[in-house]
Amino acid sequence: MYPAPFEYHAPASLNEALALMAQNADAKIIAGGHSLLPAMKLRLATPPALIDIGRIADLKGIKDMGEKIAIGALTTHHEVEHSVLLRNACPLLPEVATHIGDRQVRNRGTMGGSLAHADPAADYPAAMLALGATVQVQGSGGSRSIGADELFTGLFSTALAANEILTAIHVPKTDAKGSGVAYAKFPHPASRYAVAGVAVWVSIKDDTVQDIRIGVTGAADHAQRAKRAEDALKGKPMTEDNIAAAAKVASDGLTTIGDIYASADYRAHLVTAMALEALHSAHHRAHGW
Amino acid sequence: MGVLGQSIKRREDPRLITGEAKFLDDIQLAGMAHAAILRSPYAHAKIKSINTDKAKAHPGVIGVFTGKDFMDVNPLPCAWQAGGVKNNANTPRCLEVDRVTHTGMGVAVVVAQDRYIAEDALALIDVEWEPLPVVTDAKKATEAGAPQLHENAPNNIECEWECGDAAATADALQGADVVVKQSIINQRLIPNAMEPRGCAAQYNPASDEYTVWMTSQAPHVMKLLMTAFVFGIAETKIRIISPQVGGGFGAKIYLYPEYVLVTALAKKLGRPIKWNETRRENYIATTHGRDHITDIEIGAKKDGTITGLRVKTYANMGGILSTIAPGIPTTLYGRLLSGPYKIPHIYCHVTNVYTNTAMVDAYRGAGRPEATYVLERAMDWVAEELGMDPADVRRKNFIPSNEFPYAPADNILAGLKYDSGDYDKTLDKALQMLNYAEFREEQQAARKKGKYLGVGFSTYIELCGVAPSAWIGLPGQGWGAGLWESANIRMHLTGKVVVTTGSQSHGQGHETTMAQVVADELGISVDDVIVQHSDTNGTPFGYGSYGSRSGAVGAVAVLRAAQRIKEKAKRLAAHMLEANVQDLIYEDGKVFVKGAPATAKTIQEIALQSAVGYSLPEGMEPFLDETSYYDPPNCTYPFGAHICVVEVDGNTGKTKILRYIACDDVGNVINPMIVDGQVHGGIAQGVAQALYEHGVYDENGTLLSGSMMDYAVPTAAMLPSYETARTVTPSPVNPLGVKGAGETGAIASTPAVVNAVMDALKPFGVKHIDMPLTPEKVWKAMQSNNGGM
Repeated sequence: MYPAPFEYHAPASLNEALALMAQNADAKIIAGGHSLLPAMKLRLATPPALIDIGRIADLKGIKDMGEKIAIGALTTHHEVEHSVLLRNACPLLPEVATHIGDRQVRNRGTMGGSLAHADPAADYPAAMLALGATVQVQGSGGSRSIGADELFTGLFSTALAANEILTAIHVPKTDAKGSGVAYAKFPHPASRYAVAGVAVWVSIKDDTVQDIRIGVTGAADHAQRAKRAEDALKGKPMTEDNIAAAAKVASDGLTTIGDIYASADYRAHLVTAMALEALHSAHHRAHGW
Repeated sequence: MGVLGQSIKRREDPRLITGEAKFLDDIQLAGMAHAAILRSPYAHAKIKSINTDKAKAHPGVIGVFTGKDFMDVNPLPCAWQAGGVKNNANTPRCLEVDRVTHTGMGVAVVVAQDRYIAEDALALIDVEWEPLPVVTDAKKATEAGAPQLHENAPNNIECEWECGDAAATADALQGADVVVKQSIINQRLIPNAMEPRGCAAQYNPASDEYTVWMTSQAPHVMKLLMTAFVFGIAETKIRIISPQVGGGFGAKIYLYPEYVLVTALAKKLGRPIKWNETRRENYIATTHGRDHITDIEIGAKKDGTITGLRVKTYANMGGILSTIAPGIPTTLYGRLLSGPYKIPHIYCHVTNVYTNTAMVDAYRGAGRPEATYVLERAMDWVAEELGMDPADVRRKNFIPSNEFPYAPADNILAGLKYDSGDYDKTLDKALQMLNYAEFREEQQAARKKGKYLGVGFSTYIELCGVAPSAWIGLPGQGWGAGLWESANIRMHLTGKVVVTTGSQSHGQGHETTMAQVVADELGISVDDVIVQHSDTNGTPFGYGSYGSRSGAVGAVAVLRAAQRIKEKAKRLAAHMLEANVQDLIYEDGKVFVKGAPATAKTIQEIALQSAVGYSLPEGMEPFLDETSYYDPPNCTYPFGAHICVVEVDGNTGKTKILRYIACDDVGNVINPMIVDGQVHGGIAQGVAQALYEHGVYDENGTLLSGSMMDYAVPTAAMLPSYETARTVTPSPVNPLGVKGAGETGAIASTPAVVNAVMDALKPFGVKHIDMPLTPEKVWKAMQSNNGGM
């Protein structure tokens, strides 16, 4: 596998990276490289320049910010998986991280890279939607934050502008009493990406749903909320029947995609099957069962 | 106790584990240039013109060539055309000139200072294509109005071949109590050896000789085909070296266009050239396997006795013929359709068909997995139709152990007979491991809870140690040469032994097992034996490693050479001990007069005496150096019973294998650990065919499953822990009593898994689902049949 020629830049600071981006219009940012490099090796991607942000210290680390946790964009899947802070206060992300690729991929791949790449079958996007997370981005004109609901806009596309770098992910803590999270995934047998993946955050009081968010990945051209399923459960007790009824409408409103492995209608069914599994698990965890 | 039958560790492993082994891509030669190949994006097209000017001008490019530059190089040979029938053979050139018949065919080559530059320059070549209509389905390709791929092959038919007795089989089916008919597809598979293919070549103008490094399972055959057929030069002019070869599964048996191209380029450019396949090229340009469309009719009496089997198969050859493609779905498929059963009448008709897809040739098992799949699915349909237990139907039809050697009916095995077998024994043992009665109870209980468990059986035979030359060769089955194997043994003056073999290990562990054979026979330490292969210089001619034949043919040649060493050693010992050779015993590496073991000569002492030559008997030449060319009288026929237990998830249709039991009989075993490894790997591949792998083309002939992101090669997490056992029924065919173990797993496991899933789906009334049994197919079958209740 032989990529086309490219220039390589390794800035030491965010400002330097932004300056390089301004100078190289078609440059691609590279972090772990686990999505970009395979595409380059097949010459499906032929960027004239790479800007390797891997040396920028500001983009690393997981920090407790009180209500929220800030995860540096360069945090590897392995670090997410093993973070004690996340495991205690936002366990959905470590759970999701265990589903990504294999150990080698998790050691190199980064959370920021995965989100900016926006593979329609990546695992994190479902969790971002379920958590109501936000990403911090930095452009030459300053920084801003983008909510998960606005972040994923289509196939491999996000709300990030061409001259912006994703710097951090802010996730809420979900350790309050009555809060439960879960991720259920049906992996593709070859790629291990999600044919359908459903992440759930639910908050209950006396078994009645106070609030719920459900994120779906793999099934459509980008990760989306399953709002009809959320609405089906809001304010209702989490009975078997109510969960099943919600799971049944989890793919409503999604334009599911079909490929040689799974047709669009089977994918829609898998969204329901995974939603059922994730809702059950989240419900159990909300009770501390 | 001898070293034969011991699980000694593989002597190949230290260099493999520490990364010291040299593979093709490790070959570096001074002045080496690198080739990249422009491949057709069309499955069927005319090449109207190729402009290479811009590519030639690209910095770092050494040369750019098209097929027209190699018109003095012959097309590649098809070395195994189906026996006894007319073959409409078409074979590739090193680069295609006028037309391509599948995506991925090479039409131009860039040679550059490095591979990156060569790849850059490929984009600068302009080809004017005229796309032609495409057909990828073997049955459709034979129908009226289908696109025609080759002028000499009307309706895209490469050949039509048959075996058995059509009339007698028709009568048998007519008179049967029940006849089950079913059409099935044995889907296209794509071999994924860990190491892709590659070739490096160097030309010496002073001697007019080539040295070619190649990822080959059969270096001597490559030398023969390249010299005698492709280049038309003396066989002595090419030396082939297969360095460490990282797996082949059949796909590295063949002569490929790139090997011829790189060799020709080495002379044309006067410098060493290397080409190493990318994984993408591996998917589109290396041979694929299987791809049969088959109609089956099987007849039985009410008591389960099979009365007749009629099989009609369309075998996809791809766009052009690979080296031994036509022989696989004919001799190695049709002739195996009696399996372990006594079937009174069999008829098989095969149509080999060209389509606009990658070449199809032997892939682990080669024809025999397809035959076993036909038969083992059919046995289940008969059981279902008659309301019998699938294990009982099999047992009812087994060839009894006292009927060996056994000739399958209607001469479908063309004069050969199964060597030995005790089929009940393997099935009994496997059923015992399963605890069958308990499983059926558990299955019933589970169904009531909406859990779908299933058990599947596969009782199989295999044809291994593919030979004898007179049977397989041109007068018989059409193979264009012989199929014996050779070995040379030299015992050096310190008693250390060097074995050279024409077999070619590409993962099998010959350096270990063949050393065990020699050490056992000569009564010496296995550490005193080294086995050399891989280089046509310094090894005797051999036909290579495939068809589970390196044990049953290659290792027997090694044994016979060792026996000759022993005979000569005894004659010399008689001289040393002043005794008659008839009175001598050879035991544990020592020769002594019967009854007087205290006065013995060790083989090392004898080797020294032989090598120094100071005192030899009248007329005896110095040195212990013996060669054997062994052509067996028959093939060997391993057998066994595999049982798979699955659970199918009613929510998703996903299959989980709960247990996998394999009881095989491969005859005597040289190294149990290595045989276990072969069985494990084979089961993995067979399970993968049943559940995961599928080579898929779209209607334009573009490969959709062309990467490891799309084509599901199984990982350890997708496979169960295997429960393996063996019975031992030695083969009477060869003095080692070995049968062969390289393909049993791949042959037996596929129908075991499919039968298990179908058993799980019994409440849904599903008769058959074509492989791979993806969750979607299974789930949809469950939906369409009323929830099974």
